[in-house]
Amino acid sequence: MVPGELKYTKEHEWIKIEGDEAVLGITDHAQSELGDITFIELPEPGREIRQSENFATIESVKAASDVYAPVSGKIVAVNDSLQDTPEAMNRSPYGDGWICRISIADAGELDGLMDAGTYENYLKE
Amino acid sequence: MSENVVDLNVTPLYNKHLEAGARMVPFSGWNMPVQYTGIIEEHLHTRSRAGLFDICHMGEFFLRGSSAGEEVDRLVTCRIDDMPAGKCRYGFLLREDGGIIDDLIVFKISPEEFMLVVNSGTVEKDRKWIESHVSSGTEFSDESDRMAKLDLQGPLSAEVLSRILGRSTVESVRRYYFAGVVMEGVKVLLSRTGYTGEQGYELFFPAERAAMLWDMLSAYKEVKPVGLGARDTLRMEMGYSLYGNDIDEDRTPFEANLSKFVFMEKDFIGKEELLKRKEKGINRILTGFICEGRRSARSHFTVMCDDRAIGEVTSGAFSPCLKKGIGLCYIDKECFIEGQGILLSDGKAGIRAAVKKIPIYER
Repeated sequence: MVPGELKYTKEHEWIKIEGDEAVLGITDHAQSELGDITFIELPEPGREIRQSENFATIESVKAASDVYAPVSGKIVAVNDSLQDTPEAMNRSPYGDGWICRISIADAGELDGLMDAGTYENYLKE
Repeated sequence: MSENVVDLNVTPLYNKHLEAGARMVPFSGWNMPVQYTGIIEEHLHTRSRAGLFDICHMGEFFLRGSSAGEEVDRLVTCRIDDMPAGKCRYGFLLREDGGIIDDLIVFKISPEEFMLVVNSGTVEKDRKWIESHVSSGTEFSDESDRMAKLDLQGPLSAEVLSRILGRSTVESVRRYYFAGVVMEGVKVLLSRTGYTGEQGYELFFPAERAAMLWDMLSAYKEVKPVGLGARDTLRMEMGYSLYGNDIDEDRTPFEANLSKFVFMEKDFIGKEELLKRKEKGINRILTGFICEGRRSARSHFTVMCDDRAIGEVTSGAFSPCLKKGIGLCYIDKECFIEGQGILLSDGKAGIRAAVKKIPIYER
């Protein structure tokens, strides 16, 4: 399940570009590998994040793992509902399980990300 | 995961796990199912219905002969001389210095035959230890390879077994007792023991019948396969120690707060040193904790109290029943107070928690 309109990172984050802004989340593969997600430490709105920076931490029943920024930008909104229902990232990784919205600092960084086809092949490697 | 998958042992149920869609992970030298549908779902199913666990990786040792009872009595910490045949009891194998070699369950099959059920990761060192400490008059054999073990755990486990064995047979097996039964022509040692805190049973039988009994039990609609992930969260909610995490050769049963499984009125290997350590005083003790929120501390987090490091986390996970982080930690004895506020830290995150004496989860 790899939606065609998104871009992807090697660390299994997705980014959906909407004009100057973008929505971020983790992929279906990432949620499946993590298993039942029980907690997310969300970033503060207003925080500036740099590409590849660890900006959120996700915990599953047995382990914790970091989420990295696909591109640089400023956090404009976070999905607060994940604090009570982090399992939305399992159920709907590309929908209700979105993590945050950013304003994109450097659109050029998007060129280094994978498109859906490339990401699909990357998963098969 | 540094273990190479090709070097791992597999149980007779490996293909059954793959068919059931299990995710397989290395666990102390074995390629084992960590989950089938999800840890939380499997955990809650075991607490409400019945979970079926492949525990074929654990070890089964036998001691036979007229002096077997005395030998076992000297090897393990729990009392043996008052056990009737058909009784089982939890205890420890200790080093001379009191450190825990393993935790195990002793089954008295007859006055001249005992079975010890030991952890999978410690089978080899346990075998060497026992072989070098058992006298020649007692026959010792490691029969782990020829024996399968399935655990059926949960409030409906007795109901399921009753349909196979009849109610009176199942009800006659009391907690921490066992009986020989026949299931589909297979001779099974059925014990009312487990590692989940639920009413449950452990079934020991010849390995070549594992797939057949697995299929028979999992055909009941009350039964679902449960992986090692939920086995770990289930035992953690009860505050049961896991060897290698919460107890090891650097800890004694006293520090692990498990002294009730040490019978000091008899002689056993490690007793003298335990007495000396007890006289010196036990500084740290194993306890449960409950976090304030859903985030849990993990192994090796530091336990802080009033900005002072007072111990270390040895197990941590999300509790599916409490919907909070829980775990076990060693702390300074003066802080071992129910409800004592503690902070669990890995240097980055600080998680607020409270000391909770076991069981961590109480119904």
